[in-house]
Amino acid sequence: MVPCQMSVTGLCAQPPGAHWILSATDPKPLASAIVRDDEAILVSAAKAGDTAAFEELVNRYERKIFRLGMNITQNREDAEDVMQDAFLKSYQNLDRFQGDSRFYTWLVRIAVNEALMKLRKRRPNQVSLDEPLTDSDGEDSVFREIEDWGPSPEKKFAQVELNEILNSVIGELDPIFRVAFLLRDAEGLSTEETAQILGISSAAVKSRLLRARLKLRQKLNKYFRRSETQ
Amino acid sequence: MNCKKVILELTSYLDGILDSNMRLDLEQHLSRCTDCRLVVDTCRKTIQIFCNSEPVPLPEDVRQRLHTALLDRFRRNAKST
Repeated sequence: MVPCQMSVTGLCAQPPGAHWILSATDPKPLASAIVRDDEAILVSAAKAGDTAAFEELVNRYERKIFRLGMNITQNREDAEDVMQDAFLKSYQNLDRFQGDSRFYTWLVRIAVNEALMKLRKRRPNQVSLDEPLTDSDGEDSVFREIEDWGPSPEKKFAQVELNEILNSVIGELDPIFRVAFLLRDAEGLSTEETAQILGISSAAVKSRLLRARLKLRQKLNKYFRRSETQ
Repeated sequence: MNCKKVILELTSYLDGILDSNMRLDLEQHLSRCTDCRLVVDTCRKTIQIFCNSEPVPLPEDVRQRLHTALLDRFRRNAKST
C-alpha cells in the first residue's frame, strides 16, 4: 500500500497545497511558489528571523496538524489547541531544531505530545503509552470474526455515516495503537520516522501497527460484513 | 507457512516489504486458506477505506485564531529583541 495522508478519521487528503501569505487579511498565493523540497531553506530563513518563511511552513502543514489533532483527541477544541501549541512551540524552539529529521517530523512529534497530554488530562487513568499487559483483541483473536466484506463495503453507507463509523472505531482504539496507525498509515510517515516520534524501536512500531490494523478490521467487521446487506 | 505466521507477517506483506521467498510462501498459504485470505483482504480494505475517506477541513475560524496567535507571537518576539 502506498501510505497516504489522513482525514478526520480518514486519510489521503492534502492536495498539493497552494502556498499562502499568512499575515494577509485575505490569504494570497505566495509569489515564490515554493516547492516542497525547500523545507530546509524555509527553516533556515525562519531561524534567521524571517517570519514569512515560518508562515509558509504553517500554511503548508496547518491542515495536516489539525487533522492529526482531531484524529488523536477526537475533539475539535482540543485539536485546535494542539495545532496552536504545536506551531507556537515549534516557533519558540526553532533554534533547538538541529535538522537531523524533517521539520514536519519534528512538528508532528510536538503535536503528538500535545495531543497525548490532552488525552491524559481528560482521562488520567486511562491513557498510557505503555503496552497493555493483556490484549483481548490482539493477534490471537483474529480468527474469531472472519467474514467476507464484498468488493466495496464502504459503499453501503452515505459519506456522512461512513465518516461517523470511521471516527467511532478509531476513537475506540487504545491511544498507543491509534497514534501508530495515524502516523504510519494516515500521515504516511515511515516506520523509522514513527519510531523517532514515539521514542520507540521500529520493531515496536511494526507491532503496534499490526495490532492497530487488526483491531480496526475487527471493529469494522460488524458494519461491513456481507451478511449485513442480505 | 501456517496461519499464525501469516498474521505476524501481515503488516510487512500489506506494505510490500516482505522478501520474495516469504511472500511466495504466504501467497501459497492464502491460495488454500480461506480464513487467512479473508483476513488479509479485509485488513487491506480497512486501510483503503480510511485512506479514501473524506478529509476533515480546517475551519476558517480555527485557522484565523491560529494566525492571530502567531502574529501576536511574532510581534512580541520583535519587541523583545
